[in-house]
Amino acid sequence: MQNPITVDDHDGAAVAAAAPTAPVVIEVRGIEKTFRVPERRVDTLKERATHPFSRMDYRELRALRDVSFDIHRGEFFGIVGQNGSGKSTLLKILASIYRADAGRIRMAGRLAPFIELGVGFNPELTARENSVINGVLMGLSKREARRRLDAVLDFAELGEFVDLKLKNYSSGMMVRLAFAVMVQADADIMLVDEVLAVGDFGFAQKCMEVFHEKRRTGKTILLVTHDMGTVRSLCDRAMFLRDGELDYIGDPEETAMRYYRANFERAGRYDDWEEQAAVTDINARVVHAWLESEGGERIEQVEQGEPIVLDALIEAKRELLAPLFSIHVSNAQGTVVFGFTRSLEGQRRERLAAGERVRLSGRIQQSLVPGSYSLDCWVRRDRQGGERAFQGLRLLDFDVSGSAAHERHGLVEVQTDVEAASEPGP
Amino acid sequence: MTDSTPDLRLVEVRGPSALGGGWRRTWELLSLIAVTDFKKAYFGTALGYLWSIARPLMLFGVLLAVFTQVFRLGSQVPNYPVLLLFNIVLFTFFSEATITATTSIVGQESVVRKTQFPRLLIPLAVVLTSLFNLGFNLVVVFIFILAWGIDPTWTWLLFPLVLVLLFVITTAVSMIVSSLFPRFRDTAIIWSVAATVLFYATPVLYPLEVVQNQSQTLADILQINPLVPLFELARTWVIDPSAPGPVDLAGGFAALLPALAVYVGICVLAAWFFNREAPRIAEQL
Repeated sequence: MQNPITVDDHDGAAVAAAAPTAPVVIEVRGIEKTFRVPERRVDTLKERATHPFSRMDYRELRALRDVSFDIHRGEFFGIVGQNGSGKSTLLKILASIYRADAGRIRMAGRLAPFIELGVGFNPELTARENSVINGVLMGLSKREARRRLDAVLDFAELGEFVDLKLKNYSSGMMVRLAFAVMVQADADIMLVDEVLAVGDFGFAQKCMEVFHEKRRTGKTILLVTHDMGTVRSLCDRAMFLRDGELDYIGDPEETAMRYYRANFERAGRYDDWEEQAAVTDINARVVHAWLESEGGERIEQVEQGEPIVLDALIEAKRELLAPLFSIHVSNAQGTVVFGFTRSLEGQRRERLAAGERVRLSGRIQQSLVPGSYSLDCWVRRDRQGGERAFQGLRLLDFDVSGSAAHERHGLVEVQTDVEAASEPGP
Repeated sequence: MTDSTPDLRLVEVRGPSALGGGWRRTWELLSLIAVTDFKKAYFGTALGYLWSIARPLMLFGVLLAVFTQVFRLGSQVPNYPVLLLFNIVLFTFFSEATITATTSIVGQESVVRKTQFPRLLIPLAVVLTSLFNLGFNLVVVFIFILAWGIDPTWTWLLFPLVLVLLFVITTAVSMIVSSLFPRFRDTAIIWSVAATVLFYATPVLYPLEVVQNQSQTLADILQINPLVPLFELARTWVIDPSAPGPVDLAGGFAALLPALAVYVGICVLAAWFFNREAPRIAEQL
């Protein structure tokens, strides 16, 4: 059972957790990266010749601003941020794919990147050829790369397709092969971008085992992910990037909370109940939170389509005026799949005194597709002058498992009676 | 833990570049990619190698018919058929390599966007694959030459020098067009037209002295083309020792200087431009 989280303060200054003592293997100092995004792309020489001053049309996009940090030997380090926060750019700069505009990076040991769900595959070549070329790319000798081919194919479970061109591979097979190549390259530092978001549950499990094993042998792993469950359960430390700036580095729990809060603020802009000026502060804490099956048994995993019973107890840390409790269920990518809001109006209560508790409990008929989910509660209160203050509370994580009988497309499964029937032609 | 791996020293990361990542790695990658490409070209299709010789041979057949039967050019030049075949095979190397190289970096998009791949290797591998082709084609050509009744001379030993010079200029041009293409997508069309123009502006179909007999001005303009002296050299060294060499045709060493300057200029430009573009190519894909 996941322990309920108590969040006492997530407005504190960004303070790093106790610094690890292992030697530094990645040293990043003052990295800057600005992309020049053309407003109107000049793609041909003719356009360039007829509009010689069209350089004016560029918009500057500051992807990374003065980012500095150290990663230590043997760390499992999470990089977290919303889309467009610069985390992929950071990874690409670390992997020598992009060049930073300013700043300095020093690294100890060999590096293997796994970026955009792949390595440097050429679709026209076979799995065998691609594996060897990428092994060499990641620093193996040609002989060593050939020697490890069997291990790669074993891991990817693709032995029988070794001489098939990659263009004939399914995307899942490609990801498996790419990950296997990266793992077998046996680099000192692994840069991994979003491998766990690839549907296949069994494969995600295998990746996890690899990560554990690599960490035991002193390898350093940098993982970019949207799955806060992974960050909190696996990472030694994590960082939260926000609009290209290093917002926080240190405790994974704190990182996850900042990520959730940022997500909420972004969603809040479109949310009518947060239209007015909103500030974040400390409203409440979680006393306990768990899921039960209908039989009353506590669970962390539920079958697709099975109802779940939520039980959460939240304590007001201060007087709460007109409190609202908004439950969000998000998938591994951080997308809020569904949510609902409860108030105490039914009980004719307009305020909660400090120390008073609110129980959120009841049945949820879910139809989520298989995957990992997290459940958060946003507590909102009215402040003086029409302002609202809110706070995100992480309640729990859970998994939905599915059988082949169910749909796996999209975010949820819906009830339909759509049928396919053949009809004679006209 | 630190003691078991003393090699883990912090080293500056310099970002993407034209070369870089260690010579051993660069060399192994280059050989791997060139050999794979070569195998793909030769064993990937049913007729394999036949295709790569078929194209120059067909072109040769057509041109030979035109220039011996329709125009009378062929009869003025000694050993015209073998000269024509020889020139076509040499020029095919140049045009095939540069045209294929143009789109090569964009074609290898996933490699460029996901790994620290030495960018230079991509056009270089294309040129090497074409060089393999040229090697095989030259075997066929030399069989023709001997069968035609031309006796080997010691100057044949000088011919590899022409190949080296041709290889260098081909690589330089490939570097320029391949790094231009991600930014300007019409480079591919422009270059394929330019290659056709060069085909006629290089003494492939005709020896330069034929042009000189007609118009000295035109010949002087053509002499700026750095490929001209290379083809003239190849002709005197391999096919016809009595033919005028590049120096004779130009009328002294000094007249060859413009071509030399263009040659060196292209190489310097290629090195500078590719080096400048390489770190940013991944962002332009």
